[in-house]
Amino acid sequence: MARRETPEINAGSMADIAFLLLIFFLVATTMNIDTGISRLLPPMPEENEEQPPEIRERNVFVVLINKDDQLFVEKEIVDISKLKDLTKEFIMNPNDDPDLSEKRPETVDYFGEVMVSKGVISLRNDMGTSYGKYIAVQNELAAAVNELRNDLCMQKFGRKYDDLDPLLENENDLIEAVKKVIPMAISEAEPKVTTK
Amino acid sequence: MSRFKTARGKQVKAINTASLPDIVFMLLFFFMVTTVMRETELKITVRVPEATEIKKLEKKSLVSYIYIGKPHKVLQKTFGSEPRIQLNDQFATPDDIRDFITSEREQMDENDQKQMTVSLKIDRDTKMGIVTEVKQELRKASALKINYSSTKKIVDKRLLKK
Repeated sequence: MARRETPEINAGSMADIAFLLLIFFLVATTMNIDTGISRLLPPMPEENEEQPPEIRERNVFVVLINKDDQLFVEKEIVDISKLKDLTKEFIMNPNDDPDLSEKRPETVDYFGEVMVSKGVISLRNDMGTSYGKYIAVQNELAAAVNELRNDLCMQKFGRKYDDLDPLLENENDLIEAVKKVIPMAISEAEPKVTTK
Repeated sequence: MSRFKTARGKQVKAINTASLPDIVFMLLFFFMVTTVMRETELKITVRVPEATEIKKLEKKSLVSYIYIGKPHKVLQKTFGSEPRIQLNDQFATPDDIRDFITSEREQMDENDQKQMTVSLKIDRDTKMGIVTEVKQELRKASALKINYSSTKKIVDKRLLKK
C-alpha cells in the first residue's frame, strides 16, 4: 500500500487568532485594586443593655459637619486643613490643658506603663452633608491618628507603623500594642435631620 | 533605484516566525488568568472620593459591594436623578440590604463569614442621609466591617512644606 502523506496543516493563521484573543483580553482586563478607608461599625445595641457610662465634657472632641459642608470643631468653624493638627493636639494633650483629653496610666506590652488618652472623637453630620466632605473629614481624623502612631513607632522601634505587617505574628503584636497606646476612638452619632 | 534595495545577489532570509504564536499564547494565557470580568453592570455613576489614608482590600471573594449614586443619564427618565442604591444588577431600597447581606453570606465559606467586608462605593456628591440609612441597615444585618471605597489622592509635596 502506498503511504499517503498527510498534508501539513498550515499554522500561519494561528498567530492571528491568538492575537485576536489576546487583544480581547487586554481590553477586557481591569487590573485595579480596590482601595478605601476601612472602618468597623458599632454593633446594634441590645434592648436591655445599660446606658454607656457618661464621658466627661473635656474628653469629647466634637466634630460636626453641617448641611452646607461647613466644619465645626468644638463649636467653632474650622478649615479642614487644620483639623488634623487639632485632633493630634486633643489626643496627645502635650501641655496638660484642662480643656483637652484626660489621660490614664495603663500597662501595655513593649511599652510598660504609659499614659493613654481617654479622649473620644464624636463625629456628627447632617442628613444634607455631602459624602465627599464626610470622607474628607474621616480621612483627616485617620491621618491624625496614623501620624501619631507613626511617630510613636519611629521613637520606640525605629520603623514606621505603616510598614509593620499584620500577617507576621511578632509584628502584629507590635501593631496591637501601638493601637492600645494610641487608640482611635471615633463615635458617630446618628445625624440630626434638619433638611430634607 | 531605491536605496533600500538589498545588495544584489544577497538574499535576505525570512525571519522565522514559528515561535510567534507561542509568545502570543503565553501573553494570552497571562491575561486570561489575571482578568476579572466585571460582574455587575453599573446603572449609576459613581465617582468615589479621594483620600490619603487608604488600605488595599485583600481577597476579593470576601468583599460584597454596595453602590450608591445618581442613575445614568439614559436611565434618569425612568428612575429620576436622585441617588439610588444598587445591589448586584438592580436598584434597591435600604430594606433590601439585609436580604442581600444574608444571601452574600450564604455564598461564603463558614470560616470566611466573619471576615466579610462590605465595600461602599458611593458617589462623592451623595448626601449623607441615604448613606447613614445604609449604615444602619448594615449594623442591623451585623455586617460591621465596611470599607469606604476611595482612590488615592495625590498630594503635592510642595504645598505641604509651607
